[in-house]
Amino acid sequence: MIHLEKIEKVYRTDTVETLALNSISLNVAKGEFLSIMGPSGCGKSTLLNIMGLLDAPSKGEIKIDTQQTTGFSDKQLAQFRNKKIGFIFQSYHLINDLKVLDNVELPLLYRSSTAKQRKELATAALAKVGLSNRVKHFPTQLSGGQKQRVAIARAIVGEPEIILADEPTGNLDSAMGNEIMEILINLNRTEGTTIVMVTHDEQMAKKTHRLVRLFDGSQVQ
Amino acid sequence: MLKNYFKIAIAVLKRRKFFTFISLFGISFTLTIVIVVAALTDHVLSAGYPDTARDRELFVTRMKYKGSKSGSDISAGPSFYFFEHYVSKLKTPEKLALISHNYATSTYINNKKMVTQLSYTNDQFWDVLQYQFLEGKPYTKQEIDNAEKVAVISESTRNNYFGNGVAAVGKYIETDNIQYRITGVVKNVPLSREYFYADMFAPYTLSKEDIHNTDLIGDYTGVLLLHSKDDIDKMKTEYNQMVAKIPMLSKDLDLRFTYADSYLEAFTRGLPFGNGADSGIGKFILIISIFFLLFLSLPTLNLVNINISRIMDRYSEIGVRKAFGASSKTLVYQFIVENLIITFIGCLIGIMLSFIIIQVFNRSNIIPDMELSINFRVLLFSLFACLVFGFLSGVFPAWRMSRMQVVSALKAQ
Ligand SMILES: Nc1ncnc2c1ncn2[C@@H]1O[C@H](COP(=O)(O)OP(=O)(O)O)[C@@H](O)[C@H]1O
Ligand SMILES: [Mg+2]
Repeated sequence: MIHLEKIEKVYRTDTVETLALNSISLNVAKGEFLSIMGPSGCGKSTLLNIMGLLDAPSKGEIKIDTQQTTGFSDKQLAQFRNKKIGFIFQSYHLINDLKVLDNVELPLLYRSSTAKQRKELATAALAKVGLSNRVKHFPTQLSGGQKQRVAIARAIVGEPEIILADEPTGNLDSAMGNEIMEILINLNRTEGTTIVMVTHDEQMAKKTHRLVRLFDGSQVQ
Repeated sequence: MLKNYFKIAIAVLKRRKFFTFISLFGISFTLTIVIVVAALTDHVLSAGYPDTARDRELFVTRMKYKGSKSGSDISAGPSFYFFEHYVSKLKTPEKLALISHNYATSTYINNKKMVTQLSYTNDQFWDVLQYQFLEGKPYTKQEIDNAEKVAVISESTRNNYFGNGVAAVGKYIETDNIQYRITGVVKNVPLSREYFYADMFAPYTLSKEDIHNTDLIGDYTGVLLLHSKDDIDKMKTEYNQMVAKIPMLSKDLDLRFTYADSYLEAFTRGLPFGNGADSGIGKFILIISIFFLLFLSLPTLNLVNINISRIMDRYSEIGVRKAFGASSKTLVYQFIVENLIITFIGCLIGIMLSFIIIQVFNRSNIIPDMELSINFRVLLFSLFACLVFGFLSGVFPAWRMSRMQVVSALKAQ
């Protein structure tokens, strides 16, 4: 599903050059649940962002669903992300000005859909994460775990084949974290969604199919 | 999609109330000034009482001589003689209205001296200009030819001289020691109708100027009324041909300029914009546009600043939208639309404010008898100004925003 070939990422600032990723080659199979671990600053987020086409590698190739994505225009990238990928972030990144339902509808705004369809799909997605009763709330009125569930609903509302989650439980206590983990595992099992998750938690990582460890930008396991 | 933009635009407005206030205040204040100025300009430059047939009128307001060597020039209105001997012979016009400049004459009311602005006219003047007679009628061609001492006075002249609303037709008014019999009273004309404002009108045959003086420079304004507006080009051509045939004044003054102009051309020719054959309309419009843009640029820059700081607030939102499939172009579009929404709210407030100001102005008699209005043209122009304003202030911040790195926007906080 995701095919990375000798990915290298160099961040250049005026004074320093950071090699964030060093020749990473990785295949994620369709329907696989992969976790990525490693110390802080080792390049996990960078790797995930490159997989999600949010950032371009300095060198190397990415294929997603056999599609070569190098050379895509801004618009093509946007459409590709919209159809194929759902993102979940450690700090949720919900839009506080919008109600829960509008937050969840967001990915559907960028594809052809009617207001009615959007509402139906978003309501269904919220039901899947058990938040049917918080539709009209604003994000600031929710707990951390609830916010992350809204974020998951937003990630799955467009039925993407891939979910990329960057420390989705990082800001949550273990009970809430486990809830989130259950939802992701369930999603992977029932819908066959390919999931790549960055985590610091060995327990969480153990529940996934495969674990990749990074150290200083290189793959060590 | 628009509904969603609207939702977020309103939410953003509500979030930073102080910024919203500053933005809206800036927009509505600016717009108020723009609209009031536009209403003033519209009033001055467009047809209105008593000059209602402007689309088939041409104005002859100026006679200028210039020496090509010496560079010296003489410029004033054309003389009565010029109109009588040359212009009135033209074939194209249906009618020719003539009116002299205002003469300040002295009138005594209860031993108190008042200035009465007196203008001399021909008889067709009353056919071309649609003065509204409150009583009586204009003096006739017969009366003019006989040099009878008759006059038409304005409503306020009547009210000052005879008392409010007292009938005046048939009575006499004395100014500069001459008694005039009043044939009619007309509704007041505002001072802003520069050619047609007077307190009192009298036959040109009563003018102290020698109407047989062959000098082409004098103090008259002529209005050529055409059969239809399709005759305008034909009229201008005929006018220019006629002028070319008139002998020059002297060897030193070997260039002569006089034109049959549209009202706007005559207006700009009177300002320092006109130069020789060029009426200066182009320059006038250019300068007005530059002034307009400069005036708008300050509040625009202010709004740009506010918008940029607002965008910084929305860093994460922008990242999220991009991650979930908004292209940079879509985001630019969203932001411009949002800004237009805010601008339009500001503009609505501005329109209401200027409506109030114009009402106050009309009632205040700062310029007597001048009725400003927000008509369709002014409204259209205001909406255009809004659009320009909203667009200018939205484009740059939107462009900045769309270039932001998604990745850094989505960093853990
Ligand atoms: N935009 C950036 N500019 C410069 N250096 C960066 C940038 N983003 C990340 N880095 C550097 O790249 C390395 C990897 O960062 P990241 O992928 O965020 O690590 P992780 O998610 O594993 O904690 C770090 O050394 C970080 O400082
Ligand atoms: Mg990270």
